Amino acid sequence: MSTPILEISGVSKSFGAIKALTGIDFSLAPGEVHALCGENGAGKSTLMNIIAGVLQPDEGDIRISGERAVIANPAAAQRLGIALVHQEIALCPDATVAENIFMPAINTRRAPLMNFRTLQAEAQKVMDLLAPIPVRTKVGDLSISNQQLVEIAKALTLDCRVLILDEPTAALTEPEAQRLFAIVRELRSRGISIIYISHRMAEIFSLCDRVTVFRDGRYVATDEIAATSPDEIVRKMVGREIAQLYPDKLAADEAPGQPLLKVSNLSDGSRCFDVGLELRAGEILGIGGLIGSGRSEMAQTLCGLRPSASGDVEIDGKPVRISAYADAVKAGLVYLSEDRKGSGVFLDMSIAANVSALDLGKLTGKLGLLDRRAETAQATELAKRLGVRMAGVGAAVSTLSGGNQQKVAIAKQLSVGPRVMIMDEPTRGIDVGAKAEIHRLLRDLARRGVGIVVISSEMPELIGLCDRVLVVREGRVAGELVADELSEEAIIMLASGVSNSQNTKQQAQNVA
Amino acid sequence: MSPREAEAPIMTAQIKTEGQGARWNLARLGSMREAGLIVIILALCIAMSFASPHFLTWGNFRAMLMSFSIEGIVVVGMTILLIVGGIDLSVGSVVAFSMVVSGALFLAGLDPWTASLIGIAVSALIGAVMGFFVTVVGLNHFITSLAAMVIVRGLCLIVTKGTPLSLFTLPPAFKAIGQGSFQGVPYVIIIFVVVVAVFDFLLRRATAFRKVFYTGSNEKAAQYSGIRTKQVKFWVTVLSSTLAGFAGVIYMSRFGAATPTFGAGMELNIIAAAVIGGASLNGGSGTIFGAILGMALLSVVTSSLILLDISVYWQDMIKGCILLAAVSIDHLLHRRKA
Repeated sequence: MSTPILEISGVSKSFGAIKALTGIDFSLAPGEVHALCGENGAGKSTLMNIIAGVLQPDEGDIRISGERAVIANPAAAQRLGIALVHQEIALCPDATVAENIFMPAINTRRAPLMNFRTLQAEAQKVMDLLAPIPVRTKVGDLSISNQQLVEIAKALTLDCRVLILDEPTAALTEPEAQRLFAIVRELRSRGISIIYISHRMAEIFSLCDRVTVFRDGRYVATDEIAATSPDEIVRKMVGREIAQLYPDKLAADEAPGQPLLKVSNLSDGSRCFDVGLELRAGEILGIGGLIGSGRSEMAQTLCGLRPSASGDVEIDGKPVRISAYADAVKAGLVYLSEDRKGSGVFLDMSIAANVSALDLGKLTGKLGLLDRRAETAQATELAKRLGVRMAGVGAAVSTLSGGNQQKVAIAKQLSVGPRVMIMDEPTRGIDVGAKAEIHRLLRDLARRGVGIVVISSEMPELIGLCDRVLVVREGRVAGELVADELSEEAIIMLASGVSNSQNTKQQAQNVA
Repeated sequence: MSPREAEAPIMTAQIKTEGQGARWNLARLGSMREAGLIVIILALCIAMSFASPHFLTWGNFRAMLMSFSIEGIVVVGMTILLIVGGIDLSVGSVVAFSMVVSGALFLAGLDPWTASLIGIAVSALIGAVMGFFVTVVGLNHFITSLAAMVIVRGLCLIVTKGTPLSLFTLPPAFKAIGQGSFQGVPYVIIIFVVVVAVFDFLLRRATAFRKVFYTGSNEKAAQYSGIRTKQVKFWVTVLSSTLAGFAGVIYMSRFGAATPTFGAGMELNIIAAAVIGGASLNGGSGTIFGAILGMALLSVVTSSLILLDISVYWQDMIKGCILLAAVSIDHLLHRRKA
């Protein structure tokens, strides 16, 4: 094989104490489409950001066409012919397509004035290679898929040799995705090398030449697509022992109690469709799925945090109407946000004030005054039960570690005596010790009859903690896995739409 | 066993008296700013008492108190609005409009008390309209109140055709609010102290105002706690305008006139006072006591400059520098902590 256009060897990167990449190797041949696979958090995005100059590696070599290269910043990456199309669109919505396409060129332009006529003519030339989008349109007026095409056009103007596409089909409809695939093939035929990050096996098998798998920040294997199978890739993505110890699950002879939560036909018309689920006392129900599959939106719709178009909800056998989150709280249904700092806690407020936020009425006296003594007592009590390590309940939440902040967020929910708790990524970004504590706490609550739903991106957490797991794909429940059926392979199969190995080839052909 | 009984021990937090130490900790953090301001104000007063024999007199203090008492009522509303993450540039215009509307109604034959109530109600209505644009239409407070500032000032000029209304016929009982005193203490100062005390207490203790802090600290998290943040923002906007309207009526009583151009530029002084007193433009923090201290500092500085015979042209520049210094010190202290 000829000299790789891009060769990575022994690259490591740490963020504080967390090792995101450990001795990664990766090589990209000229004119190939190379798939990069791995679970959420496997290190794909970190590596792409290193290649695109956004991050600097702690150690390791990057070679471009055989020569050692230091990619100090995104502009350096552009000069080397490396372009990254982010998963999230990073365009200026108020500027025209033409201005967006030539943003990097305008940035380095020396002349003081803009020549719009040439700019637009040049932009239209590039855009027409992809799709007939008028370049004088404002980017904000385009559909998401067309915005994605503008991103790619922008990458093409850099005269790039390496194009990185990070989950490009996540926001696309099927026909739009088809158009993108045609474009990717066209680019390959022009000799551009493409790194294609995706979770969708069907796409990978129809589009790519080789596939590299990462797991937990480490390189696992690179295979020719023709010589592997979706099953094998999934196995390589997962292939780890579950290291942490999880609390005991419900034993086979412990039948779960009466239904606590029953949901049917829940839809919001955009991100979740026709969702039905039942949760029984004593069990922990897991909800898995890829990022962007609509897991969180589903839970938020259920709790009245997003408007719903239809759906029936029963709590404790009684039908409830939920039009705002306050209704859900009143009915005993609470939601722990996945974004702890953004919407879970009030960082600059005291622990006590955080715990009482969900039900101020309980702490309010006749005159509308807050009983601060009761507030302090409640926070002290709950913080003690959950083992929050703190100076006192008067300390600001920002002074706590991530794990303890999360405990405060959970204490807030417990303060209302909930019947059902929906925990969205309850252990994201917290250390192993606190993680195990929270797992034990959730199991303990379940045993006491509180309904627990855990939404998680971490396979081991779903498998180790939950009695039953629903897998969500594109806003719908793709399947349910119970007891022995629970495995990472099974979850990924359902989440990425590979139902079994026989019809994968079939799907691959459908895509092609 | 039923799950409901089983959950009881962990779910219902027993209400006991504990954790005094922790609360003291929080109180100390919050009052550091206020203590600092008090020290600065006292230091300035002591220095001035040596520099000028007129400074440390009841007459001078009374003049200083009078000068910021009525503005102080407006500062109360502004501080609460800053805590929720908003801002109100229209307060100066609303003060004038409240004066002008009440004055015009009085001249049209209404008794001054009813006329004043209507003036305050109209001010509240202006707040409600701004609240509508902020919460329903979704504009931000800055732009909405900037527009209101200009529109309401225009209304003042339309109502009065640009000339001040002379209200020397106001009955003495009404004039007494702004001009009279009780046992030597002007009513204006008494009203100011009562308003400040009531709102300072409510802001610290009332559940409704706690929601203001939640909303300003992290609006998303407040929504995720079931707090209707739009309602909170709406009512705080109304409150700020209402207090401005109340201040306008007192000014009318004090001056016995309604001037359509009165209070132009007042909003900057008021925002500066609140910010010096610890309110953040990002919302989530601030106290009324602190804001009043900020107001007092600016007032002492003004008074000192006058007594020291420094040209009035220097006043604005020096006030601006104080604002910049206060905010910079605060920012640097916070950054070090984080």
